[in-house]
Amino acid sequence: MKYLDGFRNGKAAKALTARLKAAGERLDAQGKTVQFMEVCGSHTMAIARYGIRDLLPDCVKLISGPGCPVCVTDTGYIDAAIDLGKQGHILATFGDLVRVPGSDETLAQIRAEGARVEVVYSPEGAVALAQDNPEKQIVFLAIGFETTMVPGISLVKIAAEKGLDNLTVLCAFKLVPPALAALGSDPEINLDGFICPAHVSAIIGADAYKPFVGPRGVPCVVAGFEPLDVLYAAVELAEQAADGRAELVNQYNRVVKPGGNKVAQAVVAELLELCDEPWRGIGVIPESGMQLREAYAAFDAVKRFGLKLEPGRPHPGCQCGEVLKGKITPQQCPAFDKGCTPTHPLGPCMVSSEGSCAAYYKYVRREAGAETMEVSK
Amino acid sequence: MRTKTETNIQLGHGGGGLLTREFLDRHVVPRFATGPLEGLPDGATLPALENGIIFSTDSFVVHPMFFPGGNIGDLAVHGTVNDVAVSGGIPRWLSLGMILEEGIEQDVVGRVLDSVAEAAADCGVQVVTGDTKVVPRGLCDGMYLNTAGIGERMPEFDLGAARLQTGDVILASGTLGDHGMAVMAAREGIEMAGGPVSDTGPVHRLVQAARPFATEVRFMRDPTRGGVAAVLNELVEDAPLGIILQEDDLPWSTGARAIAETLGFDLLHSACEGRMLMACAPDVAGLILDAWRAIPEGNGATAVGAVTNDDAGRVLLETCMGGRRLVDVPQGELLPRIC
Repeated sequence: MKYLDGFRNGKAAKALTARLKAAGERLDAQGKTVQFMEVCGSHTMAIARYGIRDLLPDCVKLISGPGCPVCVTDTGYIDAAIDLGKQGHILATFGDLVRVPGSDETLAQIRAEGARVEVVYSPEGAVALAQDNPEKQIVFLAIGFETTMVPGISLVKIAAEKGLDNLTVLCAFKLVPPALAALGSDPEINLDGFICPAHVSAIIGADAYKPFVGPRGVPCVVAGFEPLDVLYAAVELAEQAADGRAELVNQYNRVVKPGGNKVAQAVVAELLELCDEPWRGIGVIPESGMQLREAYAAFDAVKRFGLKLEPGRPHPGCQCGEVLKGKITPQQCPAFDKGCTPTHPLGPCMVSSEGSCAAYYKYVRREAGAETMEVSK
Repeated sequence: MRTKTETNIQLGHGGGGLLTREFLDRHVVPRFATGPLEGLPDGATLPALENGIIFSTDSFVVHPMFFPGGNIGDLAVHGTVNDVAVSGGIPRWLSLGMILEEGIEQDVVGRVLDSVAEAAADCGVQVVTGDTKVVPRGLCDGMYLNTAGIGERMPEFDLGAARLQTGDVILASGTLGDHGMAVMAAREGIEMAGGPVSDTGPVHRLVQAARPFATEVRFMRDPTRGGVAAVLNELVEDAPLGIILQEDDLPWSTGARAIAETLGFDLLHSACEGRMLMACAPDVAGLILDAWRAIPEGNGATAVGAVTNDDAGRVLLETCMGGRRLVDVPQGELLPRIC
């Protein structure tokens, strides 16, 4: 536990908080208010769990971005999966996705009505389902960022090796840098820096953020998930903002290398190719997703079942899109803690354990003066 | 050498006939048949208690039955004894109901009952009545126990959430959340040096140690299912007061923390089975801590937080970073079959 305690040291936190305060005073003197986005869901949870927002000067804001893979999964993708389940195919998925609302229902609801939705703990679980149910088609719901792409598509190679012809993947892989570019150029959001994700960066490398920094860019800090990691990132961003600098700092260099994980990158390059990808609440971002290459089309559920993914219809009371873009805080959504709670979520940000709304619900809940109103289901 | 039928429990051991008699003679009479249980009457005859009684019951379905630091037997005694004690009672008598699964080894039953007897002796309670049923294989997981306990009310304790006042101190009698993590580690087969050990144990001596200050004690509870978070949230749920805990003051054992960090649990949600949380007036907090630390079960006692009049109805944690966050009530059952 000594290793962990080193990253939760109160004295170090006090020293960093003092630096943050000093940077805040310099920003105040310049009449600046800055907002930084933490992109990763685990950062969102760490910030809430350790009460790090309380330590920020008034002129420094941390806003939560689209860094939870479940949260950014488009409603239309859930609808397509639900259709496949209703046709009698077996869906293999990680647990978080089961309760995410589609346009009309969730995977949990169709499971209760008899559809086979199997929660697996690794893609190998889907391979086992395929072997045990040769008369059935198994569809693995492959969502996630760069971190989970390799495990997600590894089953394609396994299926090819084993000659399994009843296993496909329904891909909705997403890339973080294009999302940062889209958010960074949105004039309505006005970001002054990014806390870049930890484990995504372990795959793509810290150098992936170089295009975002420099004279026309914003500061970027790759940070770990412990509270001092995140606090340090906030200090570094605030100091750079006060200095008028925009540099790349890899605070999480105990895990993240400048060039990333070359082995994982090679697997991705072999199996996947770029595609335009819809992000829940954000819309289609060009070349922000990855789909199976033509050579592996036999394992692509979209092609095997002739699917056409249509835009879904999120619940009208759900403002996950605005939350994901950092335009509102979870408590500013009228549904937060009213129609939408972790036990009865209207949108994905309340479902996933990494979702912004779930983090605020668990660790913050209400803020003085925050107005909420009833939302009908 | 015993034959197979003698080494394992059969349905007939719960049938009320000769096999039941054998079971009682082998397991119950030698351990418990003194005092009110002597001669195995259908009901125990007990003397009246001058200050009234405290009566509580609890059922035990813990899985696995044996875990680091204890087993279902001592847990069944401690669970009910502790409920009686924190309600302001001196535990006196227990009932013991057993539901056994056909096929469970008699030696396992014997080991569990040895633990029941030892724990009862340590708590100063007598097992005065009981019952045994056997259900077919597959209809219960080895053994379930139920205990009910009667204690003598201590009139000087006047406990309740309504007595809470701003400035009251929240005390914990030792490291928190160990039982939940010990059971979790045992269930998942996680073996590690210095791993968590259940805190299962009695709190009645802690209550006795605080008795001289009883009029200044507002509330006592052993934080079992739902852990510290559930108990404290329930305490201020409808109150015009809140509670602020200090993360740096919360007593954790290294083993419990290691499991919690590895599996992603919040130790504030993890059960204890031998700890006490108390809210008391600030002027007696130090005296009660001194009294607790003078006995083995209280040697890790410490103050963990305070009652405040801002943030009514909420339990907050001042984190090691210096910020504040909500201590939420666990959503549903964190760990099924923890006790």
